[in-house]
Amino acid sequence: MNNFEYAQAPESTAIVDIKSEYGLFINGKFVAPKSGKRFETINPATQEVLAKVAYANELDVNLAVSAARNAFTKTWSKMPAAERGKYLFRIARILQERAREFAILETLDNGKPIRESRDTDIPLAAAHFFYHAGWADKLEHAGVGNNPKPYGVAGQIIPWNFPMLMLAWKIAPALATGNTVVLKPAETTPLTALLFAEVCQQADLPAGVVNIVTGDGTTGSFIVNHPGIDKIAFTGSTGVGKAIAKAVAGTKKSVTLELGGKAANIVYEDAPIDEAVEGIVNGIFFNQGHVCCAGSRLLVQENIQDELIEKLKRRMSLIRVGNPLDKNTDLGAINSASQLARIKEIADSGDLEGAQRWSPACNLPTKGFWYPPTIFTGVSQSHRVAKEEIFGPVLSVLTFRTPAEAIEKANNTQYGLSAGVWTDKGSKILWTAQRLRAGVIWANTFNKFDPTSPFGGYKESGWGREGGRHGLAGYLKAGN
Amino acid sequence: MRIDVMKTYKLFINGQFPRSESGRVYEITDSKGKFLANPAHGSRKDLRDSVVAARAAQPAWSKATAYNRGQILYRVAEIMEGRSEQFIAELIAQEGLNPSAAKKQVEQAIDTWVWYAGWTDKISAISGSTNPVAGPYYNFTIPEALGVVAIFADGKPSLLNLVNGLAPVIASGNSAILLAHEKYPLSAITLSEVLATSDLPAGVINIITGKTAELVSWTGSHMDIDGIDASGLSSKQLREVKELGSENLKRIHSFDSKRSPLRITSFMESKTVWHPVGI
Repeated sequence: MNNFEYAQAPESTAIVDIKSEYGLFINGKFVAPKSGKRFETINPATQEVLAKVAYANELDVNLAVSAARNAFTKTWSKMPAAERGKYLFRIARILQERAREFAILETLDNGKPIRESRDTDIPLAAAHFFYHAGWADKLEHAGVGNNPKPYGVAGQIIPWNFPMLMLAWKIAPALATGNTVVLKPAETTPLTALLFAEVCQQADLPAGVVNIVTGDGTTGSFIVNHPGIDKIAFTGSTGVGKAIAKAVAGTKKSVTLELGGKAANIVYEDAPIDEAVEGIVNGIFFNQGHVCCAGSRLLVQENIQDELIEKLKRRMSLIRVGNPLDKNTDLGAINSASQLARIKEIADSGDLEGAQRWSPACNLPTKGFWYPPTIFTGVSQSHRVAKEEIFGPVLSVLTFRTPAEAIEKANNTQYGLSAGVWTDKGSKILWTAQRLRAGVIWANTFNKFDPTSPFGGYKESGWGREGGRHGLAGYLKAGN
Repeated sequence: MRIDVMKTYKLFINGQFPRSESGRVYEITDSKGKFLANPAHGSRKDLRDSVVAARAAQPAWSKATAYNRGQILYRVAEIMEGRSEQFIAELIAQEGLNPSAAKKQVEQAIDTWVWYAGWTDKISAISGSTNPVAGPYYNFTIPEALGVVAIFADGKPSLLNLVNGLAPVIASGNSAILLAHEKYPLSAITLSEVLATSDLPAGVINIITGKTAELVSWTGSHMDIDGIDASGLSSKQLREVKELGSENLKRIHSFDSKRSPLRITSFMESKTVWHPVGI
């Protein structure tokens, strides 16, 4: 294959000021951790250490929860709703102002292409705050009664795949509904959350309304099990989600969960093939496939399989893998060594179980964590690559003959987060959507997100929805 | 001693500040009878020009995303906040308010922009629906902007009432022609200077000052106006505008409540879409 020469267009990191060391953000200030411990966060594209961040232990979590409780009781719950909304508008505007800085930092800490952090993650995060700002004084229209009430202190635990966007999905509705927050960003991607703490300071948000504690899963469990937490919102793996559900079973804590997925992307014979190919590529290779709603199972009608796979391979060979800061890059770095190991382990099982692997030729950088865009054909439903969430740039291709068979196979999973449908026939889209057991159905598109649109899963993909009017329900107690 | 530079109060049509094409002005005085300004005495031609501008601007405005419209309404609040002092001074002069009451009214007016900024991307979730029809059809109803809406601004509190009228009308994607209150036109014109610097596309809001009695008949009978917020009219004027408006079945409403999503939906249509479900 000829290597198409191109000029690199790396985004400058000059506007990002990364400190060598960060504290915890508790009660409006950065404080040293009581644990006395710090851990490193690295750039997964280079393995260079970016900063040392504080490790929050139980004492630190206790301080954060009591700061949040204090802010809830004394300030936030007493403030007129319209004024609460104004703080969220301020945060939205500051995020818009500092968007480029956030995008670059996100790409450095996460490994995702700058094109995605710049055009998707950060603008959507700002949009989430703007949208929820408007809800703060309109909660009587949220559909949960005339006088809905916040729970109190929300403990929020977010993943590493969309660090800033997931922060927005959590903090914006919590604050709009009058709750205060203790948020733990993922262990490998804490930096944008810590920069967000600065935004809270610039917005003059009352101290303690947002507290950010960095740490690992153990830190998360201190939040989950803390008696001062009234509501838990978690995005992450189904395994951890189930553990949280069990841990709080004997308490009054309200819980929402956004968990794993194994989305079917169904391509009917009457689909617009070229658009479908673009949608398949976007569905599985967006954000290196580190997407809970990724279209990781391609279900293609048998009679168009050959044509579709040929076009898909041609399109995949044009995917540019490499430096996430290069504005041309399509596929960035895998977020961590452990995630790379997991992707390899499951993908290798595809070879062992008899599926056929294909990847385009591509030169992966020598440093950092990388995995080439990969598809498996000849996959059967019992294969691990068809059942388990890989959370990487690996697509499994299965076939079907009739629409009924497509539905049967699409629903044959423990998950139910999202699905895609490709056909030129509107009635078939709606017929299929009616039968899919999934929380979000994309028709002739994929991976679309908007603050006004509820997102969340059926079955073991979670509890509740985030975004839209429905997302508010997770943060409100029913009024009279 | 320095002599103040006095402002010429002009119309606001299609993003520009023309004088009335008629060349007419009328005098307004403050609450103590002292001369305040000579605002334009708008003509029928001025009204027609603003309808043309509003009609031209409306499709793009209603096609803009609700998020975009929300940000622009919020931007109006941002710019207005910075001009608070001017609005306060004019309210003191126009309405004879004490400074703290004037300040309070300005704050309420700004907050009303913010309130409606938050509605742009929520109104369809509240007033739209999916309808469980008895058959294999997907059926949903979505609200859509009406088109060109004229607003007769209500009197005191004169600045707040401008926003009470304008914000809900444009939030959904209508374009508007504001017919300023005859006695209190200064806030309207100063507001137009805010609107002109708030990323609001030209023609989405147009402002005419003049004599209400004339404007009632010209507006009521104009065939390219789709709706009228008649909150600022007397019962006699309301009857006149409704009689004239019946010719093209204008949607004409007056409001008692100051803030309500109903003020938005009153100037929207509902569109229901049927689509079969099947293989």
